[in-house]
Amino acid sequence: MIKILLSRLQQGHRTTKYPAGPPPELPDRFRGRVKIDFARCPMACRQCQQACPTAALQKAEGSFGGSSAARMRIDLGKCLFCTDCAAACPHGAVTHDKDYRLTTRKREDLIVCDEPPRPACPLDKPLLRILGRSLRLRQVSAGGCNACEADSNVLGTIGWDIGRFGMQFVASPRHADGLLITGPVSDNMKLALEKTWQAVPAPKIVIAVGACAISGGPYAGHAEVHDGAASVVPVDLFIPGCPPHPLTILDGLLKLLGMARRISEI
Amino acid sequence: MNGLLQLRNAQAVRADSVPRLSVEEFREAVICAVEGGARLSAMFGRPAEGNRLLVTAVLANDPDGTLQACSTVVDGGYDSITPDCPQAHWFEREIAEQWGVRPQGHPWLKPVRFQPPCRPAAGQPPAAERPVIGVTDFFRVEGHEIHEVAVGPVHAGVIEPGHFRFQCFGENVLHLEISLGYQHRGVERAMIGGPTARSSHYMETLAGDTTIGHATAYCQLLEALSGSHVPARAEVLRGVALELERVANHVGDLGALAGDVGFLPTLSYCGRIRGDVLNLTAMLCGNRFGRGMVRPGGVGFDMDSARVEELLKRLAVIAKDTAISANLLWDTPSVQARFEGAGTVSRELAEQIGLVGPAARACGLERDIQNHHPSGIYRFAHIPLSGWDSGDVFARAYVRWLEIQRSLAFVSEQLRSLPEDVVMASPSSPAGNRFAVSMVEGWRGEICHVAVTDDRGRLAAYKVADPSFHNWFGLACALRNQPISDFPLCNKSFNLSYCGHDL
Ligand code: SF4
Repeated sequence: MIKILLSRLQQGHRTTKYPAGPPPELPDRFRGRVKIDFARCPMACRQCQQACPTAALQKAEGSFGGSSAARMRIDLGKCLFCTDCAAACPHGAVTHDKDYRLTTRKREDLIVCDEPPRPACPLDKPLLRILGRSLRLRQVSAGGCNACEADSNVLGTIGWDIGRFGMQFVASPRHADGLLITGPVSDNMKLALEKTWQAVPAPKIVIAVGACAISGGPYAGHAEVHDGAASVVPVDLFIPGCPPHPLTILDGLLKLLGMARRISEI
Repeated sequence: MNGLLQLRNAQAVRADSVPRLSVEEFREAVICAVEGGARLSAMFGRPAEGNRLLVTAVLANDPDGTLQACSTVVDGGYDSITPDCPQAHWFEREIAEQWGVRPQGHPWLKPVRFQPPCRPAAGQPPAAERPVIGVTDFFRVEGHEIHEVAVGPVHAGVIEPGHFRFQCFGENVLHLEISLGYQHRGVERAMIGGPTARSSHYMETLAGDTTIGHATAYCQLLEALSGSHVPARAEVLRGVALELERVANHVGDLGALAGDVGFLPTLSYCGRIRGDVLNLTAMLCGNRFGRGMVRPGGVGFDMDSARVEELLKRLAVIAKDTAISANLLWDTPSVQARFEGAGTVSRELAEQIGLVGPAARACGLERDIQNHHPSGIYRFAHIPLSGWDSGDVFARAYVRWLEIQRSLAFVSEQLRSLPEDVVMASPSSPAGNRFAVSMVEGWRGEICHVAVTDDRGRLAAYKVADPSFHNWFGLACALRNQPISDFPLCNKSFNLSYCGHDL
C-alpha cells in the first residue's frame, strides 16, 4: 500500500492542460499537411505525384495569383503524411506543415491547394444540445491496422483524459451516441459495421479516423475493401492522418462539440 | 542434408535451387525436420504449371541458425501433414482456403480468414465460391448445462474485430474456437508484381503496432533480393526503432494486464508511459508508430547529437517510471494471485503447436530470432534472451518486463556508440528468379517474410507470417479449463494481432 501511494506521488499529475492551456509539444519532425513551394517548383515535373502511393496529389488547373502555372491539389483524406513526395522532389519544394488541425466536417473540404482545410464547425444546435456535454462513442475497427485504434484509445488515458469533456468510449453500441470508425471497411467487416451502426440509437454521429476510414488509404481500390466508412454510413467528421496524432483527433472532437472555439487563438 | 536447401536469414538464393520434392518426400522432409527440433516458419502456395500448386515450406533450425526450404507440386489433394506435425495445421488450412487444394486427413479443415479463393476452381465462376465471413461449422459441446458464448466480431474495448466461441460448463471453458478474417485487406495479393509505390505502406500498415518490425522484415528481404548493402548507421537506427517499438508495446501490455485484474495504478502509469515511448519514436521520424523510418536501403531519418542527448535523457526517465509501475505488479499479492496459474500453456504443447515470441519464451522455450538467426545490428550486438518457465499469465507478463529492461539498455548503448555513416544507400532493384527469407524478432515474436521474384525481378510471390499466425491457437489452448471471466486477462497476455493475421 505504501509503495502504491509513493508511486502515485512520484508519477505526479500528467493530464495535458490543453485546450485551456497550450497543446502538448509536437515532435519537430511532425508531418502535417503537404506544402509545395511553387517558387521552387518551376517545371511542374510531377515527380511528387508519381511517387505518391495513394494518388493524393493531383494537378490543379487554373490560374493562381496571376500566374497560370499548373499547381498541385492535395487530398488530405487520401494522404498518408508519408515522406515519399518530399523525397522525390528534386528541388526540395515539398515540405510538411506543422499544423495538427486538419479535421473537417465535409469530405470535399479535405481537398486543398495552398490553404489549410476549412476547420470543422460544431454540430447543429439541436444535436449539440443533446450530445454537446456527453458524447459516448463505440469504436469499430473495420480493417484498421491498430494504429488509429491505439491513438484514439490513448485519448482515454490520463495524459489526455477525454472524460474531462464528457467523452468516453463505451462497450456497447446501444450505450453510444455515435461510432468512431477506423480502417478501410474490409468486405468481411461491412455487415458487422452496418449492424453496429443500426444498434446505435438516434440521433447518432459518425467519425472517420485515418486515411483508411476516409478514403481506403493504402488499400484504396482493393477488391477486399470498400474505400472508407462513407461507403456504408453517413460521416459527420473526417480526421485525416496515418494515423492522426492524438492531438489531431482531440482537436477534431472538441471542434465537433463546439469546445474549441478559442483554440485557434492559443 | 536430407535433400533440403540450406540458407540463412536475409540471404537470397536462385529460385530454382529450392528443391522440388515429390509430395511424399516433402511430407517426410517436413515431418522429420520438425521431429528433429526445427520449426515450420512458413508454408505457402503459388500457381505452378498446368493449374497445379507449388507448395513451399520454410523451416528454422534455431540451434545452428540455419533455415531450410523445399517445395512440392500439389494437384487437387494430398495427404495432410498436420496429423504428424501439428505446427502445419493453420498453414494447411490457409493454403486450402486460398488455392482450393485439399489436405486429406486434416482434422480441422475450416476457413482461416474467409477470403475469396486466389484462383477460381476449374469451371466455377469466382464469386460463387466466396465464403461468408463467420459462417462455418463451429465445434459444439453437447450436454446438460453446457452453454455457448459467442463474442465479436465487434468487441467491448477499442480493439480489432474477431469472433470467439466458447463452450462452457458453468463458468468453466471447455473449448474456445477463434474465427478470424474480418480484417482481411488483400495485402499479399497486392504485393505481387511489385515493389510499387505502395509496397512499403502495405508493410507499415500490415500490423500498425508492428510498423518497424514488418517494415524491417520487408526491407531486409528486398535488400537480400537485390544484393544491396545497408549502411552501418542505418542498421543501428533500425535496431533502436525496433526496440522502442518492443518497449512501447510491452509497457502498454503490462498496463492493460493490470487493468484486467482491476489494479489501476499500473494501468494508469503504463498507459501514459507507453505514450512517452511512442513519442520517442516520433522524435526519430515524426510519427509515433515509426511510419517512414525504415525504408529499402536504410532509414528515412538520421540522428544528430542534440537529438541523441534528448533521447537518452528521456529514456532514463522512462526506465525509472516503468520500473516503479511494473514492480508494483510483482509486489502486490492480489495481482500475483490473479496472474499465477492463469491460462497456462505447457512447454510440450507450446513446442507442438509452434508458439513464438514472448508467449513461447514464457513456457521455457528458447526461441528468439535475434539470438538464433540474427540480422542487421543483432549480428554484432546481442540482447540476452529473456525467459520464464511457468507458461501462465504471470510468465508472459514477466518476460515482457525482462525484455523491456534489456531493450532499454540496448537502445541507450546503441545511441551512445552510433557509427559515423550515411543512413541511406541508393537501393537497387531486386534481381530476377530469386528466393529469400527474412526474419525479424518483433515484439510479438517471429516475423517471417518470404519472397520469390520472376525473371524480371518483380515479386512473383510474397508470404507474410506474422507471429500471431502461430500464436492464436495457443490462446485457444490456454483457455481450456479456465474460468470464462479470465478470458480478457489471458487474451491480453498474448495480445495478438488481428490485422497481422488477416493480412
Ligand atoms: S505525403 Fe505521401 S501520401 Fe501524402 S501526398 Fe505526399 S506522397 Fe502522397
